[in-house]
Amino acid sequence: MQKFIASVASRLVIAVPYFWLLIFFLIPFIIVFKISLSEVAMSIPPYAPAFDLSAGWQGLKDSFGQFSWDNYIWLVEDPLYYKAYLSSLLIAAVSTVLTLIVGYPIAYGMARAPATIRPTLLMLVILPFWTSFLIRVYAWIGILKPEGLLNQFLMWAHVIDTPLNILNTNTAIFIGIVYSYLPFLILPIYSALEKMDYSLVEAAEDLGCPPILAFWKITFRLSMPGVIAGCFLVFIPAVGEFVIPDLLGGSQTLMIGKTLWSEFFSNRDWPVSSAVAVVLLLLLIVPIVLFQRAEARAQESEK
Amino acid sequence: MKSLGSFRRKFAPWNDPEAKPFIAIENVTKKFADFTAVDDLSLNIYNREFFALLGASGCGKSTLLRMLAGFEEPTAGRILLDGQDMRGIPPYKRPVNMMFQSYALFPHMTVEGNIAFGLKQDGMQKGDIEARVGEMLKLVKLERFAKRKPHQLSGGQRQRVALARAVAKRPKVLLLDEPLGALDKKLREETQFELMDLQMKLGLTFVVVTHDQEEAMTMADRIAVMDKGKVMQVATPAEVYEAPNSKFVADFIGNVNMFEGTAAAVANGKIDIAVEPENFTIRTDALKSCAVGQPVGFAIRPEKIRISRKQPADPSINSAHGEMWDIAYFGDMTVFHVKLESGRIIKAASLNAVRTVEDPLGYDDMVWVNFDTDAGIVLTS
Repeated sequence: MQKFIASVASRLVIAVPYFWLLIFFLIPFIIVFKISLSEVAMSIPPYAPAFDLSAGWQGLKDSFGQFSWDNYIWLVEDPLYYKAYLSSLLIAAVSTVLTLIVGYPIAYGMARAPATIRPTLLMLVILPFWTSFLIRVYAWIGILKPEGLLNQFLMWAHVIDTPLNILNTNTAIFIGIVYSYLPFLILPIYSALEKMDYSLVEAAEDLGCPPILAFWKITFRLSMPGVIAGCFLVFIPAVGEFVIPDLLGGSQTLMIGKTLWSEFFSNRDWPVSSAVAVVLLLLLIVPIVLFQRAEARAQESEK
Repeated sequence: MKSLGSFRRKFAPWNDPEAKPFIAIENVTKKFADFTAVDDLSLNIYNREFFALLGASGCGKSTLLRMLAGFEEPTAGRILLDGQDMRGIPPYKRPVNMMFQSYALFPHMTVEGNIAFGLKQDGMQKGDIEARVGEMLKLVKLERFAKRKPHQLSGGQRQRVALARAVAKRPKVLLLDEPLGALDKKLREETQFELMDLQMKLGLTFVVVTHDQEEAMTMADRIAVMDKGKVMQVATPAEVYEAPNSKFVADFIGNVNMFEGTAAAVANGKIDIAVEPENFTIRTDALKSCAVGQPVGFAIRPEKIRISRKQPADPSINSAHGEMWDIAYFGDMTVFHVKLESGRIIKAASLNAVRTVEDPLGYDDMVWVNFDTDAGIVLTS
């Protein structure tokens, strides 16, 4: 009896996260997917067919018959969408590389700092989370705008004569994404570097490796799992980012998050915006799954 | 002619005034902030020597090794390697390789990759690298494990990979930081002899850092006993054990019974010592110049003390009466703890050379501890 309870309990513990994913991920996804196969309608909700349980089994069957892939065909036909996808991927990729360039040295510095001050440094990295994300992005408007802090400072220092036009450009989006997602990149790299035995680098130098090469062949190579995890944590949300391009980017900036928002709120075209969301999800999930499989296989062969 | 202990090979360049030291450490000091790790230390190490730096943790032995490798620069003084001043030469340009205490094997490379790493840095030809790696694998008997990753090896195998990697480049000097520290006792004993064989075969100079005196005594041609950043004595294992130059060395190496007293009589170079608080006199034939009344120490190893039920008839033999207090039986030998009337405990070790003993000594037996006049060491510092 005790064994039975224990086995049920252990299954329950495993079941909880699956249950969570089912309710808050899979079911909403199915609903979105279903809407993406529907048509726009002047009704509440603004699409058809809507499931009507009062129509009974036959009614349900009929509404299944009305599903179509038209919205997906529409996405392919209108260049606006794939341009927005491509531009989002590009902006996210550039931002990820920039974040890595800024974040890696910080993570490295933290990992090599005396053990006594590391918790403080970690605290400083996490500290911005105590303020709302939205407010922090708004604050960048104040810094980057033509009469903002940055331009005032540069003109006061006589570096420039006329204000730089940064706000409402892609540069502003890059700055915003790098700033906002930096901690997500620093933390996994820091944890990979902190675990590393520094005598490995000394061994490489002892065997004739100049410091820069030793860093590349040993330190950077061994921090790769952290680098990959950190890059995913920046790249994935950056692709679908809406707030930063909306507040800092210009009207000409094409990002899929913004496109989705305007389809949903301005056009009230729920089916098309659902299709946009489903494609975005597939675009991100498929490569990640493939990559993780390859990683797992590589690790398996190492063992 | 009598000599101290046993000696392994006729190799003693340090006694040859003509011999040039291979590594000359000249008045080297290393300070970290206000802590002096190595204090005005000078040492000569000769070509093909197996040299051990022995000391407790924090004595500066590892810092000295790291200065030889180039990871630390001396605050003062200089290090010459084969006549060349090493100041300012970074680790990757020194003809010296190190075997790290943690082995520091690259976890993302195979055994082969680890051994080939240093050779690749030198821009060696691919074919030559393969040949050298094969040779090294054979040397440490790991041919079958060439494609394994370090985490798939046992501790002993990892140790051998680290060794092969460190000697693959044929360095002039191999530095070993606690090379056997992570191995269990049995494996450690085997590996000691493997290391000695390897050193002979390759004809390299080995400098090993260890806190394990047995390890140092077994392997090294000479030992430098270190304390607080200074070298206390540099000598062969037998000299360090049988003729320590100070109370510190006598106490640090092996077991010892230590007496404090004053020189009571000095005649024909022989010193009699009046020992406090027992008020008995130890007769020695130590040849040391020393004034009457000068405080001196007397150190005697347990295995040089005999135990008998009767006082020895020969009056020239030192003896003291006491009670059998404790008996530690180790199988191969037994250590008796005899309590003198003053309360002092004397340790006496005897080899169990035969299996059966008539009338064995037991607790509370009244016994005499006795030793010859040349059995102990008179120490003036």
